[in-house]
Amino acid sequence: MKTAISTLAVECPKHLKHALTLLHESLATERLTPLAGGTDLFVYLNAGSHRGTRFLDLAPCAELRGIKAIKGRLRIGALETFDRIARHPKMAAWPLLVQAARCVGAAQIQNRGTIGGNIANASPAGDSLPVLLAYDALVHVASVRGERTIPFRELQTGYRQLALEADELIVAVELPEVPAGAKQFFRKVGTRAAQSISKVVFAGVLVPGRGGQWSHVRLAWGSMAPITVRSLRAEAALLAHKPSAQAAAWADVALGEDLVPIDDIRSDAEYRLSAARHVLAQFLRSSHAGFRG
Amino acid sequence: MARSRTASPERPARKTITLPASVGVNVPRKDGRDKVTGAALYLDDLRVPGVLHGRTVRSTVANARIVSVTLDPAFDWTGMTVVDHRDIPGENCVAVIERDQPMLASTHVRHVDEPILLLAHEDAERVEAAVSAVKIEYEPLTPALNLEESLEKKALVRGDDNVFKTIRIERGDLDEAFVRSDRVIEGEYWCGHQEQLYIENNAMLAERTKDGGIHIRGSMQCPYYVHGALQVLLNLPPEKVRIEQTVTGGGFGGKEDYPSVIGGHAALLAWKSGRPVKIVYDRLEDLAATTKRHPARVRIKTGVMNDGTLVALDADVVMDGGAYLTLTPVVLSRGAIHAGGCYRWDAARIFARAVATNTPPNGAFRGFGAPQTLFAIESHMDRIAAELGMDPLALRRKNAVKLGDVTPTGQVLKESVGSHEVLERTAKRAKYAEKRARYERENAAAEAAERAGKGAKDGRRLRRGIGMALAMHGAGFTGSGESKLNSLAALDLTPDGRPCVRISNTEIGQGTNTVFGQIVGEVLGIPHEQVLVHVPDTDHVPDSGPTVASRTLMVVGGLIEKCAKKMKEKLELFAEHPIEGGADFARIAKRWLKERGPLRVEQRYQKPTGIEWDDDTYQGDAYGVFAYAAIAVEVEVDLDTAETKLLHVTTAQDIGRAIHPVLCAGQIEGGTLQGLGWALMEEVRHKDGKVWNHQLTNYIIPTSADAPPIDVEIVEIPYSNGPWGAKGVGELPMDVPAPAVIAAIAHATGCRLDEIPATPERLMRALQRRGA
Repeated sequence: MKTAISTLAVECPKHLKHALTLLHESLATERLTPLAGGTDLFVYLNAGSHRGTRFLDLAPCAELRGIKAIKGRLRIGALETFDRIARHPKMAAWPLLVQAARCVGAAQIQNRGTIGGNIANASPAGDSLPVLLAYDALVHVASVRGERTIPFRELQTGYRQLALEADELIVAVELPEVPAGAKQFFRKVGTRAAQSISKVVFAGVLVPGRGGQWSHVRLAWGSMAPITVRSLRAEAALLAHKPSAQAAAWADVALGEDLVPIDDIRSDAEYRLSAARHVLAQFLRSSHAGFRG
Repeated sequence: MARSRTASPERPARKTITLPASVGVNVPRKDGRDKVTGAALYLDDLRVPGVLHGRTVRSTVANARIVSVTLDPAFDWTGMTVVDHRDIPGENCVAVIERDQPMLASTHVRHVDEPILLLAHEDAERVEAAVSAVKIEYEPLTPALNLEESLEKKALVRGDDNVFKTIRIERGDLDEAFVRSDRVIEGEYWCGHQEQLYIENNAMLAERTKDGGIHIRGSMQCPYYVHGALQVLLNLPPEKVRIEQTVTGGGFGGKEDYPSVIGGHAALLAWKSGRPVKIVYDRLEDLAATTKRHPARVRIKTGVMNDGTLVALDADVVMDGGAYLTLTPVVLSRGAIHAGGCYRWDAARIFARAVATNTPPNGAFRGFGAPQTLFAIESHMDRIAAELGMDPLALRRKNAVKLGDVTPTGQVLKESVGSHEVLERTAKRAKYAEKRARYERENAAAEAAERAGKGAKDGRRLRRGIGMALAMHGAGFTGSGESKLNSLAALDLTPDGRPCVRISNTEIGQGTNTVFGQIVGEVLGIPHEQVLVHVPDTDHVPDSGPTVASRTLMVVGGLIEKCAKKMKEKLELFAEHPIEGGADFARIAKRWLKERGPLRVEQRYQKPTGIEWDDDTYQGDAYGVFAYAAIAVEVEVDLDTAETKLLHVTTAQDIGRAIHPVLCAGQIEGGTLQGLGWALMEEVRHKDGKVWNHQLTNYIIPTSADAPPIDVEIVEIPYSNGPWGAKGVGELPMDVPAPAVIAAIAHATGCRLDEIPATPERLMRALQRRGA
């Protein structure tokens, strides 16, 4: 453990409102680092890469828990763990999030790690994040000034940066209804079968409209850029087109323009782009028989 | 089957019962209960009053002159013990084979993470903070960071040519053999570093003793290696140095030579401070700084006949030893001797060199150089088969050594040759021929369906393949090594009349202590539980050699068997009747102790007759015997992501005799998985000479979810000089998985990789090259 544990302090609030007050007040001195499942934070502490010494334990905040369906939409409390998400019966209409939850770390990590933590940690490799993008998720945040809602897509501003005030907490994630007849696809390409960080992670939603043209297209990628991204050119290449080998080829070319991955410790740009193009092709093949990707 | 008589305490009437034999039976592990319940105390679990926590300040550059070392005056150094090279009472070196490696760098650093300064404090957090309060100024020099840069002499790391050691093995008329070959087939093969990744990191505790000596406890394989190194470092006579092994969480070679470094560091801090000092590496430091498997480049040129008969072998082996010599010459030697694989060659030339680079020194790792050269020759066999249009199994059948064949060092294989047995049994159990045909059929059908736009519903493009490999592995030290070790083992009686095994070989998870109990129990006709195995402690056990080279059971087990026979003879003569079980043994032993005093029997290693080796010509009997392994690996490759999934592994291994079949199967399964990891994912990545991925999130080893079912068949063709016929098993399983994985991928995809690990990145490039 490279961090001096004896120098660390943890605040235990009574409830959400108390937590927000403590967080707000801490700005005057050292900002409290919110602590949810701790699965990322403990790694940083072990490596000595987290500079803060004060923490805000969110566990007592019951308001941050619960998975509720409201008129076809789903609200997931920020403290819900990946294991709870994966097992919840209401999740059936959002299968991509179940699949993503099942491939975060391994069972132990899924028992501790939370959806709110995954968003707040803002790793470009976060396994659940492309799913939130593909589902047009909304993120509810709160502070002493009250609650507000931000589309997940606008929340990410840069590498490990979020459009949050320093005293705001993520409260819940809201998933809109997925259009009927949608083809949905998730794929994580990691370093091994479990306990793995992604090299490429993809979530896709394709909705066939009247006349067979795609009426709604979401292609979302993790580990391909400093933030989780949608490949807008590739989406445009498919939107309003009928499934065809030609459309798939256009999307493939467009994807090469959309994504500019990097070399890093886990993989290289060349592999990432190849794998991403193949994964998209696989999605298109699986969503419409007769394609040759 | 052993027989035993037991007496009830109330009535001394004798009742005959039958005890199962110990040898060949899966008895419970001696250390099992403590390890499972957490009662076993590893080094970091030891609570020592007044202990200081030691830390190592390491270099950040690969090759440099040290200009200055400064302790930041702004930092509070109160209570801090600081040690540098000037504090060393003896010679500033890690004494192993040579003394080229400094214990602490003084004027130069030759690799990143080289130790320069040692710190200790009773507060672990303060010493951690102090590491970054040491400022070191360097004058950087150009480094040679890999074996190619070393061969090009981009920097001179060692002597005037960077070569640690050169070995030449020559047999037969090579030129003539190539001339009469129908075809010449060449290949070049590469393999990278591999980390042993024992569960317990390196850890040592040192204390000064009242008599002016040093007592070191810790996680290690070879107490007498540390014993030797510490005498030189502290300038102490042997009796003033005491080395004691603590419960050790795995070694795999990683705790063969490195404990002399960390043990030396702890000792220097204890020496200066007068306090006990503990150094426990965390995973980051252990991965960054400790020894790894030697990377290797192997070029092979072979002459073959059109019918598949192998004729000529010309192999050029280069291994990267890192910045200092450590055990490199011996690793190279084993690698060179194994470079011809498990085959007959009319003529062979093996030219092997180990070179120095500005990277952390490489050391021992399961297989010790052999997996590298065997990966090359086995991959090459698959290539030969492909070029001849022959099945790889048929090629191996035709050429695998048989009893009476001669190896490139001129060794005649006189007994216990299981090559064909393991090959055939593996092929049969794996249904090799049927699967090979089926996968080819299915792959062709899948490709046709995809072309027609009628591929799998989930859109995946999967291909399957099966590949085989075969190897022989020399058991015990190479050449005259065992004779030079001159191992001594002892067996004595405890005051309560129990036999106690005294050897310096260590239990590091492989089950050594359990099988020694079985061996002694079997000979004496008593329950194995009654046998004690003394903690390896240089004050209390003789030097029976290191725990390496798959030698512990085969060599030291043989010594202990002889000790037990001697003890049995003495006690039976004394009792004037055969020992009749555990209680009878205890009675006789106690009577002996009372009437005659202590009983201790010893056995020294004696070279078996008919084994001759010449170090100068590299000709002769390289090993007393070889163990044999064959493997069939089945894979599924995803053409979209180039990920390889392991479907199934079948392996048959001839280990002479399994004293404890479950432990043997455990060694085979574990070694196989370590080999599969090396083949597919384990890759030490460097950045400017520093280990970049020194975290378990980035240094990827297989998890249980990645491990395929491993079907193990133990083949027992006894060896006359091993106890009950046993040969070494520890390293053998590491030899075969990697080339079989490469062969299976080639079978599945048509793409043959010549470099491991076969990461998706490498395979994707190869697939695209083929597609283009």
